[in-house]
Amino acid sequence: MLALKTLHDRFGYEITESSFRDNRRYTVPCGKVYHVLEFLWGECGFDMLADLTAVDYLEYPGATDRFGVVYVLVNTTTGQRLIVKTHLNPPESELPSVYPLWRSADWMEREVFDMFGITFAGHPDLRRILSPDEFTAHPLRKDYPLKGRGERHNFPVITRAES
Amino acid sequence: MPLTLADTLPTDANEREYLWTLNFGPQHPATHTTLRIVLTLDGEKVIDALPHIGYLHSGFEKLGEHLDFNQYVTIVDRMNYISPVANEIAWHHAVEKLLGIELTPRCKYLRTIFAELMRLHDHLLNVGTAALDLGAFTAFLYGFQQRENIYDLVEYASGQRFHASYTRVGGVLFDVNNAWVDRVRKFVKSMPATIQEIDKLLTRNRIFIDRTKGIGVLTKEDAINYGATGPIARASGVVRDLRKDEPYLAYNELDFKVICAEGGDCYARFLVRMHEMAESLKIIEQALENIPEGPVNIDAVSDMVLPAKPAVYRSIEGLIQHFEVLMPNRGYEVPCEELYAATEAPNGELGFYLVADGKHRAYRARTRPPSYIHFALFPHMIRGYQLSDVVAVLGSINIIAAELDR
Amino acid sequence: MAVGLPENVFLTKLDAAASWARANSLWPMPFATACCGIELMATAASRHDLARFGAEVMRFSPRQCDLLIVAGRVVMKMLPVLQRIWLQMPEPKWCISMGACACTGGVFDTYAVVQGIDRFIPVDMYVPGCPPRPEQLLAAVIEMQNKVKRTGTVYGREFAERTNPTGPPPFDRDELRRLREASAIEGLEVYTPPKVSAEL
Repeated sequence: MLALKTLHDRFGYEITESSFRDNRRYTVPCGKVYHVLEFLWGECGFDMLADLTAVDYLEYPGATDRFGVVYVLVNTTTGQRLIVKTHLNPPESELPSVYPLWRSADWMEREVFDMFGITFAGHPDLRRILSPDEFTAHPLRKDYPLKGRGERHNFPVITRAES
Repeated sequence: MPLTLADTLPTDANEREYLWTLNFGPQHPATHTTLRIVLTLDGEKVIDALPHIGYLHSGFEKLGEHLDFNQYVTIVDRMNYISPVANEIAWHHAVEKLLGIELTPRCKYLRTIFAELMRLHDHLLNVGTAALDLGAFTAFLYGFQQRENIYDLVEYASGQRFHASYTRVGGVLFDVNNAWVDRVRKFVKSMPATIQEIDKLLTRNRIFIDRTKGIGVLTKEDAINYGATGPIARASGVVRDLRKDEPYLAYNELDFKVICAEGGDCYARFLVRMHEMAESLKIIEQALENIPEGPVNIDAVSDMVLPAKPAVYRSIEGLIQHFEVLMPNRGYEVPCEELYAATEAPNGELGFYLVADGKHRAYRARTRPPSYIHFALFPHMIRGYQLSDVVAVLGSINIIAAELDR
Repeated sequence: MAVGLPENVFLTKLDAAASWARANSLWPMPFATACCGIELMATAASRHDLARFGAEVMRFSPRQCDLLIVAGRVVMKMLPVLQRIWLQMPEPKWCISMGACACTGGVFDTYAVVQGIDRFIPVDMYVPGCPPRPEQLLAAVIEMQNKVKRTGTVYGREFAERTNPTGPPPFDRDELRRLREASAIEGLEVYTPPKVSAEL
């Protein structure tokens, strides 16, 4: 079992721990997140990245940061789960990529980039993945409307005479 | 041993001139749904594969921020549409964990039966279509015959044969009756024959073995590093099954084995699926024997669940309760918290990262889709094999586009 | 039976004969994107057996088909593909829009999903349901055959009369209002899709 003290000794006292139900979370400042993850990967046996996602806290009651990026780690030997969370505020919207540690981060980071516009430094192929390449918005940001801005109607119409 | 791009790409510039590019999809019979792969070929050998996805991206997660916990179940249904109820169970597993609801024993067993029926549902189609792509049509038809029977069971319980929308926060839509239980028993009795038929058609079929054995190999280390879960990881020797590791529903009271294989090729994945079907039958049998009597929903006065329809129509208490739950500022209390909860869906670990802001709908409903993670593995698995192996590998990793793109 | 004709000889109109042949050998192009695609498979599989109605020859090359079955939602990224497939199909051709999502967008009233394919390509038959039961699809295929028999002509004159897609225009009033609101947002660039043609 990883103790918070180990992390404090290595990475300073900005790291906080919280838990809800069976989830254990470490909140890490964004400058140190790569080093903490590397430590967890290399020395604590968290060999699987189950999920990587982001949350836009624009309308969240009492939120102070705009984006949260969440890493769900699994230790496949012990079955232990750990959530590492970091916060980002525009104009700063870049995190180091964890692709060197877990290959599964490849597409998940691309999805976060596509949906939230958060970039990952060091990612080998950071392109849009779900939306079309020509798309300009980041749909899962809270300031983007559910029904879009008319993109879904902006297509040529093919009539019977033309086909 | 899987190859990297550096291994397969010819170093000599002259040899690179012979490479050609083949577009595969987005509308292709072997993709079954919509995905596109751009293959770089050297003759018949696949040098590299570049998947393009998003051809079915319909904004599920955005929609999840606008629908409440009970409404969103209709959308989750449409995510992995060859095992719909498994998605509902995963979604409400996360919601109930967030709200701190403990289900009734009957509901736990009922959901377990449904989860396992869906596993059969998924594996029957997957085994059938994997063989269909390799030219064996019969197994697909045999599988579909039993899938129709599962459709009938779902329809009998919920009223809809395909997208059941069966679970609710704290329970299910309707309780099942004894006639349904008897029907499931009858189905369970008829199922081993089908598994045996498919087994006879494929397991020792020379063509099938030649097309799948040693194809699309995934090592154990890579499976973990690439985040593979479910039958794909277990075929590579990763002993990990959330039903055992993080028991939910009634799984810790039932006796079953986790099926694993070594080899990590398409054939191993086929074998894992075949044996998992037999284990699922065992689980259903036990659950049917032990299904407890009692209410299926948690206590209706707890402000958590909708009351039964007769109570709404015939009593004022029921009506008030109904409105209390449905009105956005009343009913149950949602904590301002976030959590990750996962279940073992037929395809792998289906997780939800839920952020709640005290309202009746999720602030963010992230899905961890197994298909998405598995499809990212595809270029890694196909490098160095032949063009005709593309469909074999695609069939064995069971990509469902709606779950892939959401 | 007309008087004076030898045995086994019928008199009929060329239009009727051609339509009869076309109706009973519809070759569907299954454009199966989502859940409806599984029901389309169920329709073709053991219990429901689409082959009874002469429409089981699913061809995945649009150039060999005359009936496009759009099964499932069509999204922004997919619509240019669908339009190209429609343009590649040889005349005479028909289109069935299967399921609520293909007809109207269904439950997916979101930024990415096209709200009804009939806004962008011509549709002949709508099948409601989410997803429609196989029986419903069978009924639609039978109805399609009746329509072909009823209105079909050898040279496809029946198509000349319909020059517009059958659905509502892409911009109804609500959409226009919403677009105006959206365009008040600074720095908005509306997405422009790639151009579509039948040529590869």
